[in-house]
Parts: sequence; structure tokens; C-alpha cells
Amino acid sequence: MKALSDFFDMGGYAGYLWPSYILTFAVVVLNVVWARRLLARSREEARRRLAMRAGTEAGAAPTRAGEAT
Amino acid sequence: MAWTWFHRLGSPPYIYNLAARLTPWFAWPAALLMLAGLVDGLVLSPTDYQQGDGFRMMYVHVPTAYLSIMIYTTMAISAAVGLIWRIKIAHAVAASCAPIGASITLCALVTGSLWGAPMWGTYWEWDPRLTSELILLFLYLGYMGLRSATEDVQRADRISAVLAVVGIVNVPIIHFSVVWWNSLHQAPSLMRLGKPTIAVSMLIPLLLMLLAFTLFFAAVLLVRLRAEILSRERSASWIREVVTP
Repeated sequence: MKALSDFFDMGGYAGYLWPSYILTFAVVVLNVVWARRLLARSREEARRRLAMRAGTEAGAAPTRAGEAT
Repeated sequence: MAWTWFHRLGSPPYIYNLAARLTPWFAWPAALLMLAGLVDGLVLSPTDYQQGDGFRMMYVHVPTAYLSIMIYTTMAISAAVGLIWRIKIAHAVAASCAPIGASITLCALVTGSLWGAPMWGTYWEWDPRLTSELILLFLYLGYMGLRSATEDVQRADRISAVLAVVGIVNVPIIHFSVVWWNSLHQAPSLMRLGKPTIAVSMLIPLLLMLLAFTLFFAAVLLVRLRAEILSRERSASWIREVVTP
């Protein structure tokens, strides 16, 4: 127990040391989260664009079908 | 014949798929090394004779400070390659570097400030090293601002690339600031001529962290690069294959 509280006290530097470690690893994790979110959004957007293009092509199809009959 | 690999590096679908395959090979070792570095740096390495446990600040400050400069150099070189050879992928790499670099530079500044407070008795001083690192943050922010303010992607690529390339002069200034001028900041212990001036038991966790942060940057860059490629290659037919689940 004493060893543990000594560890967290960091020889009196706890107030400087822990905020630094927390900030750094928060930034590391956030970078991973932001990058993954950005990629997911870009994929979603690309998928929507493709669907929209497919939609306009499908929309044109019945007219051609109507002309055929 | 031997040059085909070089041409493939300019091909968006090739790079997109390569980036997707490579990401886990950087991400997992980065996570494991970071964990090892944390345990070694916080628990196993001995207390410093002068700074006590305060020196453990080194294991987050030095890797983020090194990375802030390394990312900028990567960004500036990619931007230069994009400008000179008009390679779009190179611009995409440069654009993907900036947000990572900005956040890591902020980390280096804040951890440095928190280290300075107990050791130098001040959070901030307009010292050559500190000021040039702050300018680095502004360069990243300026680069990002310039890009988001320019509507046309190709124009944004060119203008922002010029800023990135010109800003590279700040990199040697940051590195040598502690040698050229009388700075509060200590001189390099690792990146110097001759042997490092740091004990091996303290050096090993530092090297683990430096390697971990480098791999972390590579992994995040590859994910961002894929997003950047997707948003640039709007009409390319290969996109259908990679985005349909």
C-alpha cells in the first residue's frame, strides 16, 4: 500500500507528471479515434456518391424500357 | 522494368490497398512498445540523482518533441515532392500529416511546460527552443487553415505545399537552438556527436517510446491517407470495390 502511494506521489512530482502522461496518451488515443472516424466518414460518403450515381442510371432505365414497349 | 514499383507508388488504388494492409503492422507493435515503455519508464527505471522522479517526464516529452519535428519534415518533403513532380499522392500524404503533427506539437509544448515548472521555476519563457517549437505549432495550424480556406483541392495543395517547404527552415532552428543560443533548455543527450550522455537503464525506455511513437505516427498517417485518397478520387471506378462491404 505504501509502495503504491509512493508510486503515485512520484517523489512529489505527481502534479506535473501525471497530467503530462494523461494528456499525451489522450492525444495518442484521440488521434487513432479521429483518423478512424475520418476514414469511416470518407467511405460512407464515397458509398453515397456511388449509390446516387447508380440511382440516376436506374432512373433513366424505365424510360428506355417504356420506349421499347 | 525495375521502375514499375516506383510508378505504382503514384497509383491511388495501389497505395490505398497497401496502406490498409500495412496499418496493423505499425499499430500493434506501437501499442505494445508504448505499454512496455510506460512500465519500464514509470516503474523499472531508477530515480535520477538530480531530478528525482521528475525526470520521468522525459518519456512523454522527448518522444512527442521528436515526433513534432519528424512529422513536419515528412510533411515538408512530401509537399516538395508533390510540388516538383506533381504527384497527387504526395500532397495527400502532406495533408494527412498536419493534424497529427499539430496535436503532437501541442503535447510537446504542454509536457515541456509542465517539466519546466518544477525544474526551471517557470511554465514558459521566450527562450529560443520554446519559441521555435511554438512557431512549429503555428506552421502546422497555418498549413491546415490555408488548406481549409482554399476551396479547390489542387490550389490548396500547391499553396499549402509552399508554406510547408518554406517552414522547413524552422526545423534546424529548433534542433540547434540549444547549441547556438544560451537556452534554458538542456542540450541534446541522444542526437549528438559521440556517445549519448544518459544512463542505459534510462535510455532503454526512452528508445522504446521513440520507436513506439514513430510507429504510432505511421499507423495514423496510413489511416488518414486512405480517407484523403477516397475524398480526392471522386469518380474513380476502383472505389466501388474498396467501399462496398
